[in-house]
Amino acid sequence: MPSDPSGSAPADIPNAVNDWYELFSRGSRDWLRHSEKIRAAVRDHLPQVVASSDIIGDGARTVRVPVRMLEHYRFKLRPDANAQGVGQGSAKPGDLLGEANAGNKPGNKGAGGTERGGPELLLEFKVDDIIDWMWEELQLPNLQPRAGQSDESEWKREGWDRRGARSRLDRRRSFKESVKRRSMDSANKGLIDEDLRFRQLTRRRQPALRAAVFFLLDVSASMTEADRQLAKTFYFWVAAGLRRVYRSLDIVFIAHTTEAWEFSESDFFKVSGSGGTVASTGLGKVSEIIKARFDPNSCNVYLFYASDGDNAMDDREAARVELENVAKMTQYSGYVEISSGLRGSQSETSKLFDAVAALGLPSGRCSIRDANDVASAVRHFFTREAQAAAASDVAP
Amino acid sequence: MKPDWRGTLPQLEDLARKLGLEWSPVIFEAVPDSFMTEIAVYGLPVRMPHWSFGARYIYQLLQRHMGYSRLFEVVFPGNPGRAYVASSNGLADNILVSAHVLGHADFSHNNMMFRRSQDQGAEHIIEHAASHARQIERDIEAHGFEAVERVLDAALSLEQYIDIDRGLRRENYAEYISAPAAPTDDAFRTRFASLGADDKPAASQRRLRAPLPPHPEKDLLWFIATYAPDMESWERDIFLAVRAESFYFYPVYATQTMNEGWASYWHARLLREADFIPQDTYLDAIKCHSDVVRPVAAEEQIALAVNPYHLGFTLWEEIIKEGGVEYARQIMREDDDFSFLRNHLSKKMAADMGLFRFQKQSHGPVKVLDQDIDELREALLHEKYNFGAPRVSVAEVRSNGTLVLEHNSEIDRRGLETESARKVLDYVAHVWRRPVVLRTVDAMSKAIELTTDPATA
Repeated sequence: MPSDPSGSAPADIPNAVNDWYELFSRGSRDWLRHSEKIRAAVRDHLPQVVASSDIIGDGARTVRVPVRMLEHYRFKLRPDANAQGVGQGSAKPGDLLGEANAGNKPGNKGAGGTERGGPELLLEFKVDDIIDWMWEELQLPNLQPRAGQSDESEWKREGWDRRGARSRLDRRRSFKESVKRRSMDSANKGLIDEDLRFRQLTRRRQPALRAAVFFLLDVSASMTEADRQLAKTFYFWVAAGLRRVYRSLDIVFIAHTTEAWEFSESDFFKVSGSGGTVASTGLGKVSEIIKARFDPNSCNVYLFYASDGDNAMDDREAARVELENVAKMTQYSGYVEISSGLRGSQSETSKLFDAVAALGLPSGRCSIRDANDVASAVRHFFTREAQAAAASDVAP
Repeated sequence: MKPDWRGTLPQLEDLARKLGLEWSPVIFEAVPDSFMTEIAVYGLPVRMPHWSFGARYIYQLLQRHMGYSRLFEVVFPGNPGRAYVASSNGLADNILVSAHVLGHADFSHNNMMFRRSQDQGAEHIIEHAASHARQIERDIEAHGFEAVERVLDAALSLEQYIDIDRGLRRENYAEYISAPAAPTDDAFRTRFASLGADDKPAASQRRLRAPLPPHPEKDLLWFIATYAPDMESWERDIFLAVRAESFYFYPVYATQTMNEGWASYWHARLLREADFIPQDTYLDAIKCHSDVVRPVAAEEQIALAVNPYHLGFTLWEEIIKEGGVEYARQIMREDDDFSFLRNHLSKKMAADMGLFRFQKQSHGPVKVLDQDIDELREALLHEKYNFGAPRVSVAEVRSNGTLVLEHNSEIDRRGLETESARKVLDYVAHVWRRPVVLRTVDAMSKAIELTTDPATA
């Protein structure tokens, strides 16, 4: 017997309720299973997830993915646009009723329930989980962090000594010494100076596990909002993938039109510029910042440049020089061509990167036409980069 | 101390007996709202686990949160019957609910469809369902969660495919049919026989293997459990467990309007005649009653659905007013919703209730068609035929083991939606372990065949 909530409010609990019922909810158990299945389904569609996830700003650790409730399928008839039914109320034949009146009151009980669809859910996924799945599903290689000749060093604990600062006294160890001594020589008391042990520190050279990634984005008039969204998604997954490898990852955001500016992450994706594209300005800015802040010897630098490929003709030579310059300082310079429109011939910018690659400098390019290409672009980069790393390990 | 609704129960029972109600004893239990929701979703207080219930459960919870209807009670017929009442019910609610439960108990004790299902074991449906759930827990331990889930995916998607007329316990088909005996009574054969041939043909020793199935088979759950070529026995048991529960659900489904109407009639009448209930409690209860049986939600003038409580209640009131309680009890014993509405929804009643037939239009508003009584009855019942499912039956099993299902698109007047049909075929092919074919029609009414082959799937 269902009722509308307008019925009398619950007044009192008439008799003792069996507490057992509160302990275990079958509904929740089966709902968890449903969620598990959704997660598995999402996992099977990673490229779409990667494309559609709503990634929020700085250091987002979770992404939200809209999913539909899973349907348990049954035989059902084709939908009938002109279905007939029975209603009740003050309507006369020939009346036209708006959808607003479609008050539906299911008296649901027993089996045969075929309600379908249901609300859309927003499931939250840990970015780390998705990244792990991507690596599994796309069989992406794990990058080997490349150790530069780092002068970066840090104090590490190493060994014990009988002398040292009081704060480094290792009580456990000292007590052990005391026990050892007393077992040899019964005539003695508790703890004496001989027993004390102090932790020692030494300076060790650390391999460079730092990395910096430059996201260089063309924000000239020809880049649409959708183009920038694609670049953003791509950047997000690249950064997430690099974070798997490097303990600390610096991200530098640079946008350029005919000039170049550095931005904070939050502003970066809101930037839209006007005017033409002069790639050399952006590349120049990158090399300027590398020189100022990141020593390529101690830091792995990556560059990703996203553009629609149009570069000013008269910038060709300047851009080539700048790119070559940058490519010499980076582990990898990648170019992602966002080509949501149709394009006939090879773009200006892709020629630029091909020329640099021809010199044997670590660089590459790929293109993204729509959101579904993002995953394959990410894969393209990591596969290449792993091969390059393997090759450089062999080389002296 | 507050008055307990259980205090008035014996008096209500006495009154009900005086008014001619007869029922098996009912055990009442108050349970939390969340458990009521689960009963509504699972259909039973204990049932096998399946993720689809979880999805429905959350859907129901959302509905409740958004302020849609809540459940006061659910009754399970049996001997003894069990009534679960929401612990959040107020005193007046519960007095109404206990009267309502007596109405249901009377109905399920006497109605022919219920009696039949009770005789077939539904009397102990709660115990059976619990044992099915335990059996499935054991299967999960033995064969793993995923394996069991895949079988349940298939079995539950065919939940409505039983043959109520052939009953729960069925014999296998005869394996052979005897060949028609050679006619011996015509003049030629008589004469031929009189010639005294030496070697008479052995009289009707030939046996023919019966086709499988010998007739289109509606009971897909039974057929698959019985004739699937390579099904494991535990998988067959899961199919049979789902099937047994469906046999229990069918009468509940097929008498919903009558049953709810009957219970609503009796709770109203019992309360009206119960002079032992304080006046203010009675008023609260009656308000609750009118919320339940009102035709359209308070803020609406017109509903594009008919509240079965209202429809059933109105019909029973009219029947009892015209023909008396004994006449009504006769109908209650013999009818289901199909005969009930066809025989007793009169033109005048339909007009009084303001029933109308409408048609959705692909673009634009809903159009009110007419109030023709025959059309109205048919439209009310249309959705309920065949347990509310499209008519799909087993047509044949081919010599390579392919299962051929046939959809009767003539009666259903439309083809099956192919996307979901394909998924169901995938479920089924997993347990049938041979190709499964479904014949239906496409949007242009052209015959089509969907095929799933588990070897390639």
